Amino acid sequence: MEEENKTDELEKQYIVVKLGSEQYGIDIQYVDNIVRMQRVTRVPKAQHYFKGVINIRGEIIPVMSLRLKFGLEPDEFKNATRILIIKIEPQAAIGMIVDEVKEVITLDEESIDKVSGTNDERSAYLSGVGKQPDGLVSLLNIPLVVIDKENAG
Amino acid sequence: MDVSQYLEIFIDETREHLQNLNEQLLVLEKEPENSDTINEIFRAAHSLKGMAGTMGYKRMQRLTHDMENVFSEIRNGKMKAGAALVDVLFRGLDALENYLDNIINTQDEGTEDNQDIIDGLQKLLEEGLGGESDGEKEKQPEAPAPAAASAKERKHLVLAEHELHAANKAKSDGENVFEIAVYIQESCLLKAARAFLVFKALEDAGDIIKSVPEVQDIEDEKFDFEFSLVLLTKKTRPEIEQMILNVSEIKEVLVEDADLSAPSVEVTHTAQEQVTEAPANNNKESSETEAASSAGAAATAVAPAPKEAAAQTVAASPAKETETKKEPPKTTAKANAKPVVNRSVRVDIEKLDDLMNLVSELIIAKNGLTSINDDSQTMRDGNFNEQIEYLERITTSLHQSVMKVRMVPIESVVNRFPRMIRDLSKKLGKKMELYMTGEDTELDRTVIDEIGDPLMHLLRNAADHGLETNEERVRLGKPEVGSIFLDAYQEGNNVVIEVRDDGAGIDVEKVKNKALNKGTITEEQAAIMSDKEIIDLLFRPSFSTAEVISDVSGRGVGLDVVKTKIETLGGSIETKTALGEGSNFIIRLPLTLAIIQALMVEIGKEKYAIPLGSIVTLEDVPISDVKYVRNKEVINLRGSVIPLMRMARVLDVEPVAEEPTNLTVIIVKKGDKQAGLIVDNLIGQLDIVIKSIGKYINNSKMISGATILGDGEIALILDVNVLV
Repeated sequence: MEEENKTDELEKQYIVVKLGSEQYGIDIQYVDNIVRMQRVTRVPKAQHYFKGVINIRGEIIPVMSLRLKFGLEPDEFKNATRILIIKIEPQAAIGMIVDEVKEVITLDEESIDKVSGTNDERSAYLSGVGKQPDGLVSLLNIPLVVIDKENAG
Repeated sequence: MDVSQYLEIFIDETREHLQNLNEQLLVLEKEPENSDTINEIFRAAHSLKGMAGTMGYKRMQRLTHDMENVFSEIRNGKMKAGAALVDVLFRGLDALENYLDNIINTQDEGTEDNQDIIDGLQKLLEEGLGGESDGEKEKQPEAPAPAAASAKERKHLVLAEHELHAANKAKSDGENVFEIAVYIQESCLLKAARAFLVFKALEDAGDIIKSVPEVQDIEDEKFDFEFSLVLLTKKTRPEIEQMILNVSEIKEVLVEDADLSAPSVEVTHTAQEQVTEAPANNNKESSETEAASSAGAAATAVAPAPKEAAAQTVAASPAKETETKKEPPKTTAKANAKPVVNRSVRVDIEKLDDLMNLVSELIIAKNGLTSINDDSQTMRDGNFNEQIEYLERITTSLHQSVMKVRMVPIESVVNRFPRMIRDLSKKLGKKMELYMTGEDTELDRTVIDEIGDPLMHLLRNAADHGLETNEERVRLGKPEVGSIFLDAYQEGNNVVIEVRDDGAGIDVEKVKNKALNKGTITEEQAAIMSDKEIIDLLFRPSFSTAEVISDVSGRGVGLDVVKTKIETLGGSIETKTALGEGSNFIIRLPLTLAIIQALMVEIGKEKYAIPLGSIVTLEDVPISDVKYVRNKEVINLRGSVIPLMRMARVLDVEPVAEEPTNLTVIIVKKGDKQAGLIVDNLIGQLDIVIKSIGKYINNSKMISGATILGDGEIALILDVNVLV
């Protein structure tokens, strides 16, 4: 997959998800799977945005709430709620809860703007903003979202 | 030849041989005359050399070769295994281990020649054999290559006129004309193949204008163990010699300037004699030195030539070798540059047979279940349960058998320690002995891989800090030689490893003062701390009481690392000490990591698993029995006061509405410490498969993992070691 990206650096595919009224794009290379919301087992003393762990075909995967991570209101689990299984390393998967998975879009470099230096909590996790006919998509810097300072401590 | 497929076997076997050599050398150091040991050493060294040669690890081969020479002399009773010699041999083994490490990491042996060790061996060899015969002197590296002396001993090739012409022309063009005689080991099975390899190597270096016997005859194996040829080349004599010696199973090679004068010299018979004489003295495959020393002065004059030349070229060739080697294999090296991690387990065939039997039973059980399905309803009820029970029995045995396959005796880790203690003893100038018991205690492979370093650390500590100096010991009326004990044994579901010494023990006051100085604890804390708690301070990061930081230990990165490592393995470490009598570090490790027996409990509405190994008893305690000590809940259980922990509070679980009149308390232990965990409900005992919950989620270590229950639900596993 990495090689593909190198040869085709101009175009990247993103999965568009919704959190409340906002749209976020997640680089498709990190997405391993998308599953429906399921029973999450709470892990005591974990970071506040970790909802717990789930069982995906015998593998135990920690699940974080992007809403809590970004300081939005807590999730309300609906029919459209999904967990994106993200893998940035082969042996360590992580789940992210989103309100809805919308579509897959292809963005070329032209239609991605770098984020301006605003300093709120969310923009720290963004790698850019993608322009789409029906609005803007904030592109998430997934490795930063997963491994962040708060997490290391 | 592509040998990479044999790499793993090579690594495995080399390790075994090295270990064997280490052990035997230790024996040899104590009993220099033990012929069994000497033979064993010789065999191991010889196999090692052969293997390194086959795999193309030249430097490794050279070093083993020289070591083998020494062993061979010892075996023949020509040398004594003195302390100096054993030291050099041990250094040689260390160097070989380095080569092996390099090979494991990069598939290349590296570029270290260890020339000093080789020189050391040569020197000892000379000293050991010194004065035995005059010819021996020529072994010294300074001695000139005695080509002239050897010339008369062997048959010269007679060049035909056109060959002479070609040779003369080449010579005038500045090329060297060498006459080469190659002797193949008598034990060689495929001498034609070896000869072919020699020819191939030489053809790369120049032109072969003549060979005796004819090339065709050599290919058909129509020759004894020698052949001669004339080579036109731009390369120097040592280079050519080295090239030929690189082919394995070549006993020796003679390279000399060809006689380009008119054909004159006729056959003398010494060469033939040398070949026949040598095997008489060498029972087994011989090395050139051995052949040399036994075949008398005349032959020795011949032998050192290639040997010495080889020694010289080694210095020059590595550079060249790496240069030439680097280019072509680069692509392949890059592709598989990953370390060759050795993940194999040697399994006793019996264990495999057991597995096979169980699998066949499993199939029978499956067939039983299928046939029930076909039977009528009435048959089904009774038979079904029976079959399920049968199946259960088989899966349990299967589980045990598979676990057994993963079990490795601890021996594979501890057997390098005697050597280490010997070295430490020399380095520290203290006399000490290591006594080991229970080397056959088995542990899971993954644990075995990790436990070596912590144990080594504890042993170093014992040797350096634990034991007093010899004088001090005598003064205290203790035996002069210090003792260190390493005992391993199984205890329930745990394996216990004790590292014990009869040294000074831990000075609690000293530790306390140190901690106060360092600000690790306050005066008030110090006043109320028990000795045990103070000793536990030693396991804090960067805390070393050694007054002098020595090379061996005492850098302050020590016991805390040991502790962390053991805890990641799911074990615990405990210290017992008596001032003046010694200290004892007790390591407890789980037998296996993957599957454990656990007690399932309910806390609030959540399910948790507590490893059975750490549970002492289950108690039903009336709420009125709960007492308060310094504002903490405790119970007095059969005379001992045990602190209580309300798990619902510890784990932030929503509490159940009402406080029951009786508390369900699980008494757990970590070493000597006990604690009572208050839970809401007991579910039952279960075999659980431990799974990691990933590294991203923070859980303050209270949760050691998770497991998946029969219905797909997840239960977290509580780590009692952290809680208590």
